[in-house]
Amino acid sequence: MQQLLTTALTGLTLGAVYAAFALALVLIWRATRIVNFAQAPMAMITTYLALVLIDAGWSYWLGFAVALFSGLLLGALVERFVVRFVSGKPEINAVILTLGLFIVLHALAALVFGSRYRSFPAPFGLTGFEVGGTTIALTGFGVFTIAAVGVALIGLVLLFRGTDLGLRMRAAAFDREVARLLGVRVGRMLTLGWALAALAGSLSGLLIAGGGLVHPSYMDGVVVYGFVAAVLGGLDSPVGAVVGGVALGLSLSLVSGYVGAELVPLAALAILMVVLLLKPGGLFASVRERRV
Amino acid sequence: MPRKPLLLALAGLVVVVLVLENTGPFLTAQFTTMAYFAIAAGGLTVLTGLNGQLSLGHGALMAVGAYSAALLLKSPESALPLPVILLVAMVITLAVGVLVGVAAARLHGPYLAGATLALAVAVPGIPLFFGEALGGEQGLTVRMPEIPGWLADAAYFVTGQDLTRIRYLAYLSWLAVIVVFVLLANLSRSRVGRDWQAVRDEDVAAGLAGIDLGRTRVLAFVVSAGCAGLAGALMALSARLAAPSGFALTLSLLLVSAVVLGGLGSLTGALAGAALLTFLPPLVTGAGTDLGLSDVQAAHLAPLIYGLVTVLIVLLAPAGLAGGLRKLTHRRRNS
Repeated sequence: MQQLLTTALTGLTLGAVYAAFALALVLIWRATRIVNFAQAPMAMITTYLALVLIDAGWSYWLGFAVALFSGLLLGALVERFVVRFVSGKPEINAVILTLGLFIVLHALAALVFGSRYRSFPAPFGLTGFEVGGTTIALTGFGVFTIAAVGVALIGLVLLFRGTDLGLRMRAAAFDREVARLLGVRVGRMLTLGWALAALAGSLSGLLIAGGGLVHPSYMDGVVVYGFVAAVLGGLDSPVGAVVGGVALGLSLSLVSGYVGAELVPLAALAILMVVLLLKPGGLFASVRERRV
Repeated sequence: MPRKPLLLALAGLVVVVLVLENTGPFLTAQFTTMAYFAIAAGGLTVLTGLNGQLSLGHGALMAVGAYSAALLLKSPESALPLPVILLVAMVITLAVGVLVGVAAARLHGPYLAGATLALAVAVPGIPLFFGEALGGEQGLTVRMPEIPGWLADAAYFVTGQDLTRIRYLAYLSWLAVIVVFVLLANLSRSRVGRDWQAVRDEDVAAGLAGIDLGRTRVLAFVVSAGCAGLAGALMALSARLAAPSGFALTLSLLLVSAVVLGGLGSLTGALAGAALLTFLPPLVTGAGTDLGLSDVQAAHLAPLIYGLVTVLIVLLAPAGLAGGLRKLTHRRRNS
């Protein structure tokens, strides 16, 4: 019972991080029909920026804010100056493009920041809370992680559902030509979509790094988990991404706790294959079937 | 069998003998590296260029071949001849390729990329989990078997030099390159190859024309998995080691970039991509240290160049990627 609770709580925290990453993938998919495999190294770079500031003696929160802001900027730049040029081309081009970016960002980070492991601080405690004399697996930072992802999700939903800007962004993603005819600056909306996505990605990068080690490839597994989470949710819905993230976090935590941590990526692969083959529209598929 | 590939193969054989007989041990080892990259890139070229399936998991398939070879070479008494071991490693990877291919055949674009990416990330965990049998983090050391006596004698008789194990492996690797490339060239020119291209360009039309889409895609995947397995076995022999760190995600991504760099869809391109993967790093790393970078930093210059060039190729020659040159000219004429 104790172990199951520990596993579940760890899974919940992990799931929140995967959810943030899946949100990033879903936002970009909705806007441009591209899965941004370079999201992981983008988040890695912004986390390194935070680490440089923190190591130089600035506060954690300044590093946090700078990382989020630079994520916003990086996303916008990548869309405007790189991705824009493959729109309308065969989809394999976009995939190869984001992989090329993946390699470039990786190599750049290793060149600039070095490739050794560096520890990243956490703003809250990393020991579990005590409940009735026993220590449970939920830490102060874990609570912060879950809350931060919750705030990000609510913010996005409010933006998309409740504001004029969100409406224009949805229109641009839904049908470019019609939106353009109705006076929406489609290009700007797409750039904004990528920027917001990279912001969510940076958030997940910061949350994974907190209290752990940072390395140029520390996010490589997360791109897989985030992708699986996004596919679980159907790749189209932010809420689905978050639910998928949490479900995946819980399942992988079970695998890690009861089978072996080495097999976690393999379990993610198995889950992905089962979902894609049996329910390609994701677990929350609406009417429209998706062609995978 | 068409004459042209055979003539090219013979010419290739002559070049290989001339080159390998006149290079020192270091370059010979590098040529072996180029050979296994070429085999893997050739398989990936056929899969991606001709059939339009992008696999990010070929590094993982190379791992299957490498570990198969390492396990087959474990006990010295029952050791089979090296070519047989290579063949068995290839067949084992083929079998794995059927499994992956059946799943992959139903996926497209980013879904296929994501699934094979998951494969690339997942496979290195397997030897860690089965540490007892597969050596865990350290991996399995691979014993390079003795050269058969008759072969050593024959080689000495013909060339007047002792056949070292390094040179033996290089010959074996390049022989494998020639055989694989002749087979792939013939296959892509045959009916099978035309089916692959038809499915790549217009899958609905191809289906209506009576091509079994699933079977065609699976076959392409299996052929290319076999190449990856053979390449992985040669890589293990060349490195004398099969370890998880050798098959990280980077390997899969570099293979893709090699295929794109060489020019998607042409086997000559695969050869060029393999040469780039082998010979660019030492050059660039040397230049980097001359410019005052540390060794560790300079080692990342080569991937930086691969990545940048890959991005540039996608941006500057977008139509040349998926459909090959034919599609490009077609589009030009119509626009």
